Amino acid sequence: MNADDPKVRTAAPVVLGLIVLAVWEFGCRAGHVPAYLFPTPSEIAVSLYKDWPTLLQGLWSTLIVTFEAFAVSAVVGTLIAFVFVQSRIIELSLFPYAVLAQVTPIVAVAPLIILLVKNTQISLTICATVIAIFPIISNTTLGLRSVDPGLLSYFRMNKASRLDILLRLRIPSALPYFLAGLRIASGLSLIGAVVAEFVAGSGGRSAGLAYQIMQAGFQLDIPLMFAALLLIAVTGVLLYLLMVALNRALLGHWHESALAEER
Amino acid sequence: MTETQRISDLRTSNAAAPAEPVVALDRVDKVFANGMRGLEPIDLRIMPGEFVSLIGPSGCGKSTLLKLIANLIAPSSGRIRWWGGDFDRVGSAGRRLAFVFQDPTLMPWARVAENVRLPLELSRTPAADAAARVDAALAHVGLTKFARSYPRQLSGGMRMRTSIARALVTEPDVLLMDEPFGALDEFTRNKLDDDLVRLSVERHLTTVFVTHSLYEAVFLSTRIVVMAAQPGRIFREFVVDEPPARSDEFRTSDRFARRCRELSAILTAAAQASGNDEIA
Repeated sequence: MNADDPKVRTAAPVVLGLIVLAVWEFGCRAGHVPAYLFPTPSEIAVSLYKDWPTLLQGLWSTLIVTFEAFAVSAVVGTLIAFVFVQSRIIELSLFPYAVLAQVTPIVAVAPLIILLVKNTQISLTICATVIAIFPIISNTTLGLRSVDPGLLSYFRMNKASRLDILLRLRIPSALPYFLAGLRIASGLSLIGAVVAEFVAGSGGRSAGLAYQIMQAGFQLDIPLMFAALLLIAVTGVLLYLLMVALNRALLGHWHESALAEER
Repeated sequence: MTETQRISDLRTSNAAAPAEPVVALDRVDKVFANGMRGLEPIDLRIMPGEFVSLIGPSGCGKSTLLKLIANLIAPSSGRIRWWGGDFDRVGSAGRRLAFVFQDPTLMPWARVAENVRLPLELSRTPAADAAARVDAALAHVGLTKFARSYPRQLSGGMRMRTSIARALVTEPDVLLMDEPFGALDEFTRNKLDDDLVRLSVERHLTTVFVTHSLYEAVFLSTRIVVMAAQPGRIFREFVVDEPPARSDEFRTSDRFARRCRELSAILTAAAQASGNDEIA
């Protein structure tokens, strides 16, 4: 079998997945493992089908928080990066606090945010944003600084304005870095949304998938727990694929990061 | 004398006594920020239509000298005049400088034609005019078919041609080149040298060219400035008494071989005077 063949590349993980599912299914059945300890894939599938309306609603609220946090991180993170590269002094004075925000476990800060901000939706988004924003700030700052010095002197020699240097040189140079940051941030937004929901533990109309996992845990409805988990995982994978597609669309014709994936 | 007359005089004054140097350096030296002396005070005049090569052992300051001429760095003392005045004069008609770097320094995200158009966009040249000039510059370096390619799709020689086209599109009067073909294989280098000779003759360019290759220097130059290191200074000047339009005939002639031998002897002496035996 040729590892470079696209069919093989798609088929290999699918086959492995099917084998794992089969072993799991028949192993649980043969060992008479009860569903409240470890459900079989078929029990999870049934739960997914039966509780679909509730799960879908949970997925929807988690997705909203994820996308809000993602969008806010992308916009605010980029703006902060632009402020950072304006002057070394600004970066030096602000960067330690950005690191501080990054290294503080969000689980520890989330109750405070949830206490201070009345609106659950907003407080969840803030928590997820705090988690997701850091890679965008650091990557975009790095990108805006990683300008080919030869090109920079070429621009200066041609009496290019600051705006020309920004638009024609800094932004295109930073784009691959920014997109790499975006890719990390997309995953972190989802993680942030789920963590925030766990901490907030809020039910009601805005109950996300994390809340349903907790509820399922209390009620020992383990198949439902797995079904919610599966939805979160699938969402993460879809977000990742979306970012890969964006990367390829914007950089496909010139940057190594996107070219390597073609091969 | 009117401006246009004077410019046309400058351009045709190749053999006759020239009126005014394009670039004149008077007692120019360079001490770097770390206290290192890059260049001893230097006097140098570049005349219109000349092809001057700067050659010498590593550390002799030939790139520094070129950057001073390009106004990329400022001299520590002494004075540089361009067309008899300050650098402000550079950029108007008949007084355009273009610099070609050691690396092609192209924008990897932009197509060949977009890279070549860059200096015109920075100077806000009208689009229609720019398009025609880009096409002409690409045709000059034989890259018309690759206008829509990206730099990564080109060979090293083609990237360098793109870089040269980007210099030509500004319709320069003076071309400053810092070891532009240093990274290329000898065959490609000879080909680009041939093109460069053709271009400078056709366009009446004045060229200052930094190189490590004595063969390249002899083939291209009307005058070779041999430099020595520790401290960087002009060691000898060497005139290549040969019509400026040169071809493979010259490269394979005995006249070429003789001049290479002569220059080689001067370079060896320059290396010894630089306190090391390493010949660049």
